[in-house]
Amino acid sequence: MIKIFKYSFFDLMRSRWSLIYFLFFAITAAALLYLSNDVSRAIISLMNIIIILCPLIGTMFGVMYYYNSREFVELLLAQPIKRRSIFLGQYLGLTVSLLLSFVAGMGLPFIFYGILASPELSNFLVLLLTGGLLTFTFVALAFLIAVKNENKIKGFGFAIVVWLFMAVLYDGLFLLSLFIFEDYPLDKFSLAMTVLNPIDLSRILIMLQLDISALLGYTGAVFNKFFGTSLGFIISLACALLWIVVPTISMVRVARRKDF
Amino acid sequence: MITINKLEKSFNKNHVLKGVDLEVRGSGIFAILGPNGSGKTTIIKTILGMVIPDGGSIELDGKNIKGNWSYRNSIGYLPQIAHFPENLTVKEVIKMVKDIRGKRGDEQPLVERFGLQPFMSSRLRNLSGGTRQKVNIVLCFMFDSKYIILDEPTAGLDPVAMITLKELIHEEKKNGKTILLTTHIMELVEELADEIVFLLEGKIFFRGTLQDMQEMTGEAKLERSIARILLRNNHESKEVITVKA
Repeated sequence: MIKIFKYSFFDLMRSRWSLIYFLFFAITAAALLYLSNDVSRAIISLMNIIIILCPLIGTMFGVMYYYNSREFVELLLAQPIKRRSIFLGQYLGLTVSLLLSFVAGMGLPFIFYGILASPELSNFLVLLLTGGLLTFTFVALAFLIAVKNENKIKGFGFAIVVWLFMAVLYDGLFLLSLFIFEDYPLDKFSLAMTVLNPIDLSRILIMLQLDISALLGYTGAVFNKFFGTSLGFIISLACALLWIVVPTISMVRVARRKDF
Repeated sequence: MITINKLEKSFNKNHVLKGVDLEVRGSGIFAILGPNGSGKTTIIKTILGMVIPDGGSIELDGKNIKGNWSYRNSIGYLPQIAHFPENLTVKEVIKMVKDIRGKRGDEQPLVERFGLQPFMSSRLRNLSGGTRQKVNIVLCFMFDSKYIILDEPTAGLDPVAMITLKELIHEEKKNGKTILLTTHIMELVEELADEIVFLLEGKIFFRGTLQDMQEMTGEAKLERSIARILLRNNHESKEVITVKA
């Protein structure tokens, strides 16, 4: 697995998309930091960008990379190596290269700004953590979808729909259901709904860390009331990790039974 | 020795392999022929573990390949299409496959034979289809594997490279390798193959030497023999003919 990881990673680091992704975050983070001159505000603005963009990029790159490397996978399958190692290696290669662009792009402006000596450092690290978790989750989902769908257009479309659903539609449906069933106790329902969407989960993770009750929203408030800040943080982190582990394992299982 | 027992495979409703039994023993070049969709590539891919059979078994030197991966150490495979990670160089891909195999592999003579030296440091995305296929040839032959599987090996090759490849295949045969070959180019089969395995509708229809086939059909040219089998098959009952086991 490490060998496949190493070569996919090198391959991807040399692609110009890695550089574009890096530059995008570097420019956005620098602009927000220096224009607002307020670290916590910049972090909140960046959070809103990250929880939409990291999943989108993860999804698109995941699907594209899988389909592009199909013939290469066939070559690897003919080599003495486990299937699991091939797919996990490629998955990690892509995720880590995206992560590196993301962390470097975000990190450099903040380091220049002096985040290392600022009390906001832990908040910034949580921001990086959620971006990372989301990247892992959505690349895994994208791989899972691509492995399942032989048809590229179908796979691509389905992956984008999943992203759209989780990033945009889910909140709307969630609010709508809260509105319709407002006469009932909804605490547990909304807890469950939050846990079922990795993007919502990340939002709450950051909010709990930042401890800004005004921005917590309904679910965040429920989370906070239910678990308290630190337990809520740990639970949402655990759920976010589950969102990585489950799609990754499913992806490997589907790949193991697949014909190439 | 490759032993295939009652191999079954369907893709959705398409029943591709309907109980194929095949034994490939000793060294030599075995051509797997058949019309489009007869299951040639599927057989090769099940041997490589890329396609998972619905039924039956495959043994390589007496060991069942199911759930096993280390057996592929003794197989070199040349696929139809050659695609690699775009941003790696030829040198790096060769190194990668060596890394995966954990063997030293001797690529230098092959690189020279196919004239790949000027491309060693170029990225694979900048190479033409034929040049990529040459890289694939190097990857396939550099490990001195006991079994060599060639799936349409000549696709995209220029005449010079094709001749070099044929020489290479001959040499490997002399070195005692077992070579499986699928192709639609009948001259290649006439030139190279020791034995022909002819697949028709998911079963082995004929197995024997080139001569056997010519005798059976009464045609001198392989291309015509096959055309005759295909035409006759439309009229007669489909029994498996094995001239030489």
